[in-house]
Amino acid sequence: MTDTQTPLLSLRHLSISLPKGADRALAVEDVSYDVFRGEILCVVGESGSGKSMAANAVMGLLPKGVYASGGEAIFDDQDLLKLSEHQHRTLRGLRIGMIFQEPMTALNPLMRVGDQIAEVFEAHGQLSGRERQQQALALLTEVGIPQPDKAIRAYPFQLSGGQRQRVMIAMALALEPELLIADEPTTALDVTTQAQILELIRDLQRRRGMAVMFITHDFGVVAEVANRVCVMRHGKIVELGEADEVLKHPRHDYTRALIEAIPSNVIPEARGAETDTALLEVKGLSKVFRSKGGLFKSAREVHALQDVSFSLVKGETIGIVGESGSGKSTLGRCVVRLERPDSGTLSLSGTDFMHLQGESLRRERHRVQMIFQDPYASLNPRHRVGYAIAQGPMANGMSKAQAFAKAKELLALVGLGGTDDRYPHEFSGGQRQRIGIARALAMEPELIVADEAVSALDVSIQAQILELLEELKQKLSLSLLFITHDLRVAAQICDRIIVMQHGRIVEQGPAREVFLAPREVYTRELLDAIPGREHELADA
Amino acid sequence: MLYLRLITMRLLKAVVVLFMIIIFNFVLIQLAPGDPAAILAGEAGATDEEFLRQLRERFGLDQPMYVQLWRYVSGIAMLDFGFSYRQGVPVLDLILARLPATLLLTGTAFVLSLALGIVAGSLAAARVKKPSGSIIMTLALLFYATPLFWVALMSVVLFSVYLDLLPAYGMYTVGAGHTGLALVLDVGKHLILPATTLALFFMAIYTRMTRASMLEASQQDFVKTARAKGLKNSVIQRRHILRNALLPIITLAGLQAGQMVGGAILTETVFAWPGIGRLMFEALQQRDYNLLLGIFFFSAALVIVFNIITDLVYGLADPRIKEGS
Amino acid sequence: MSFFARFAQNRGALFGLIILLGIIVMAILAPLVFPESPWRMVQRPFLPPMEVDGFLLGTDTMGRNVAAGLMHGAWVSLMIGLVSTLVALMIGVPLGAVAGYYGGLIDDGLMRFTEFFQTIPNFALAIVLVAIMQPSITSIVLAIAIVSWPPVARLVRAEFMSLRNREYVEAARLVGQSNATIIVRQILPNTLSPIIVLASLMVATAILLESALSFVGLGDPNVMSWGYMIGAARTVIRQAWWLSFFPGVAILLTVLALNLVGEGLDDALNPKLARERS
Repeated sequence: MTDTQTPLLSLRHLSISLPKGADRALAVEDVSYDVFRGEILCVVGESGSGKSMAANAVMGLLPKGVYASGGEAIFDDQDLLKLSEHQHRTLRGLRIGMIFQEPMTALNPLMRVGDQIAEVFEAHGQLSGRERQQQALALLTEVGIPQPDKAIRAYPFQLSGGQRQRVMIAMALALEPELLIADEPTTALDVTTQAQILELIRDLQRRRGMAVMFITHDFGVVAEVANRVCVMRHGKIVELGEADEVLKHPRHDYTRALIEAIPSNVIPEARGAETDTALLEVKGLSKVFRSKGGLFKSAREVHALQDVSFSLVKGETIGIVGESGSGKSTLGRCVVRLERPDSGTLSLSGTDFMHLQGESLRRERHRVQMIFQDPYASLNPRHRVGYAIAQGPMANGMSKAQAFAKAKELLALVGLGGTDDRYPHEFSGGQRQRIGIARALAMEPELIVADEAVSALDVSIQAQILELLEELKQKLSLSLLFITHDLRVAAQICDRIIVMQHGRIVEQGPAREVFLAPREVYTRELLDAIPGREHELADA
Repeated sequence: MLYLRLITMRLLKAVVVLFMIIIFNFVLIQLAPGDPAAILAGEAGATDEEFLRQLRERFGLDQPMYVQLWRYVSGIAMLDFGFSYRQGVPVLDLILARLPATLLLTGTAFVLSLALGIVAGSLAAARVKKPSGSIIMTLALLFYATPLFWVALMSVVLFSVYLDLLPAYGMYTVGAGHTGLALVLDVGKHLILPATTLALFFMAIYTRMTRASMLEASQQDFVKTARAKGLKNSVIQRRHILRNALLPIITLAGLQAGQMVGGAILTETVFAWPGIGRLMFEALQQRDYNLLLGIFFFSAALVIVFNIITDLVYGLADPRIKEGS
Repeated sequence: MSFFARFAQNRGALFGLIILLGIIVMAILAPLVFPESPWRMVQRPFLPPMEVDGFLLGTDTMGRNVAAGLMHGAWVSLMIGLVSTLVALMIGVPLGAVAGYYGGLIDDGLMRFTEFFQTIPNFALAIVLVAIMQPSITSIVLAIAIVSWPPVARLVRAEFMSLRNREYVEAARLVGQSNATIIVRQILPNTLSPIIVLASLMVATAILLESALSFVGLGDPNVMSWGYMIGAARTVIRQAWWLSFFPGVAILLTVLALNLVGEGLDDALNPKLARERS
């Protein structure tokens, strides 16, 4: 790439205003960067950094109430911000294409895939009806959809998430635009699918020599695809430069924190369990979900868990890793008995935890607690956080005064002392997750199941929560079952790792072994699919 | 395959619901204060002891409860709704004679309200925040809040009494003896006022629903995709937003069918339209409860048939059902 | 922003609230302004509006004061609307809560039951119920409640279904709270705002239903109501249109006001939605 050529897109001092009542006045403040032909520029930032806003302004697709209040966006000698809606429309799809995060909802559910691709040609008055369909077929073939002749007649609900994202790409590339804007296109996908889609985008970009503006929150993805990087925070540019340079020698502290926060930079240490008394013993656990045959669908069976066996020693942390649909969450929910397993045994310090029901289950529940994924859904918006923590001990017979005193103590323990009379909406996502941890600790459980407990958080916050868990583990000698889709996170905190696929255990062993010398093909695939891995291993 | 299954399931459900309504009717008669026979005969008819005796025997009112229920259910299953003592005619005959008029009225009002409601609603959705959009929604709210029978009466005053434009009562010009096209035109002229008044309320509902549904659909991700393609706004509105917004409206239209029957009772009463709504009003005034319950059953059956039709239309409109696996 | 400030941002809602307050004042003042029974014949029949002093809206077919009937009718309409809505909530909320919380067969059973009542034509059912139970305030309130609870049950069920697997509810289950506690303390408070909005619209619908029942002659023979006034004047519409006109306007204004207030409540209780909608 040559820096001497003129940029295809050039943002100059761009500012974008948010509507009144938003948490800040400007979504993007005085931002300038260029995108050159034939390069992939990654715009990186955590949620709320304003990283997508500039792209939406370029497309003329800013949400209602949000508008560009200053600067310019020069594309091929014209300022995109000054275009009329009509002029902007003629550029969209033709010269600038865009793909989005949610492949599940980004396609019209009532239109055939082929017709939706053909629409792009129609919008710009190109080709005849039949040629459009032929072209759609060629595009579907190019993006690697299996059986494109069938897919073209399919409705979106008949395709998988990865396939839909391929359709989106086919649509965005239909008219060979010079610039492709990809807004978190792989965030909603499984790691293996993510790897394939990244590969596809890189491949198409090289073949067509177009410019790509790739928006992501994941530095792993950056390492995988970027030529240049633009790091954003609170609407401003923190750092801008060649990808290799920024990854290896980040100049700004924030960038360094982000890169360090990628958990994969940690190679798990060899750790051993302290004792060998089994706390949790799981043998031959199976669970089948039967969806009832309704008016609209026939009955289906999903084998969520098949013959799962493992045991967890007191004071140990086991990571359960797998992609969505692997049954890892079902396993966690069975262990805390939010679900009831169909067969097998589940015992906790020798007591049968599987056949408890009703009142007797309710009395034993305090022994296993859970930390949930979504910090915004895990606290009742109508309860003060002190009460949220105290109600557990109270339900188990502790006096009100004692329970509230305990809640205060625990809040202090997780670093939120003196906040017990506040409501959940006054806290950030990371703080809420701390409250969730305090709530689980209030029951003095023998085992804590953490279900994707850091997945919904920004990477920098993720690292803090993992640190807190590690600290609490030492202080309180907790036993943890840590469920995650992210091998990197698991490697950081777990003593042992269990890899699951299709409801079965594929591989289990000490974290270091699984991570460095996986025995099974599937584990290796999972590891390879982690974006940015090559970069890091080369560094390590 | 799936679609076929849908139809069978739906029919099966309809039979169950009809059966439950029969039982419901039976329970109502039992719960009513006083002698069930007297209720069936109508209060005023209670003087005729011979008739009451016949009724008791017919329904086995001296027999145990389950025998009574069985006789009642099997009677209705054989389409025997009993006899209207007041009019001296079998209930079924009375209802069948009045049914076409009601179907004509409600059918016209339904098509009118749905078509106008969808058009008005989409216009209002496309013109959010503009005065024209607000005017449409204000009118819709007004029609929604106005009692139907009052609109009917006021339109009689305005269009029939003062302007003398349209006939206010009945379905034909009495004694004119029209045939053929003249008859059609005559009925059409009589239909205008009742059908329009009945349609106004439902038009208001469909307008509000269409607007809300379209605004919701326009928030969906696929609309942004469509804009990113460079499609014209009018195409996006029509092809992407409206099509998706129509699905919930089909469901709603099915649910509103029951309300339509209720509306027909009021409009037919005001305009002396010779349908089953008017018949219900007459039965009410004469305390002819057997006729009343017969009409009640029939109107429920009508709603069920209509619901089945909307379900089938929904199935055709949504590929997830038509081609679902 | 305070609750009322958000409510008042919707100018229609403010307008509705003012009308509604006016009607409530009318209902309260009725026995003071017209201490005599509205059924009493006080002047010659068919007196047009504003012809004789003290008879602003004229007299009806039997020489009764229309203005008196209108004010006394306000009380009846509002009370029946309110009480029948409360009864409908008492049926619909527990039913929907149990169906939505427990799901499975309980939900299936309860929902079939609800669907059944939704399939039956509302007004026809109300007519049959009142006719057979004999018209009285009680039978009218019951009939209206019986035809109007299904939407409540469905709304509450939907809310419970979406909330019952919310993580804070699962957390409550995990610490050993009982189902009853979870339903009442964790979930129900979070369903209140849509229930309040629906209830305000239901009062409006109930008033319309009551007036329609009275119109077809199924009103309580002991109380004066707007629907009855219109129904009684139906046959003389050609001679005396005003007898139907004024009570109709009263119904229209009341129902309109309640709908506007309902929309305002919706905006005030769901501020985020309101911003998107406008």
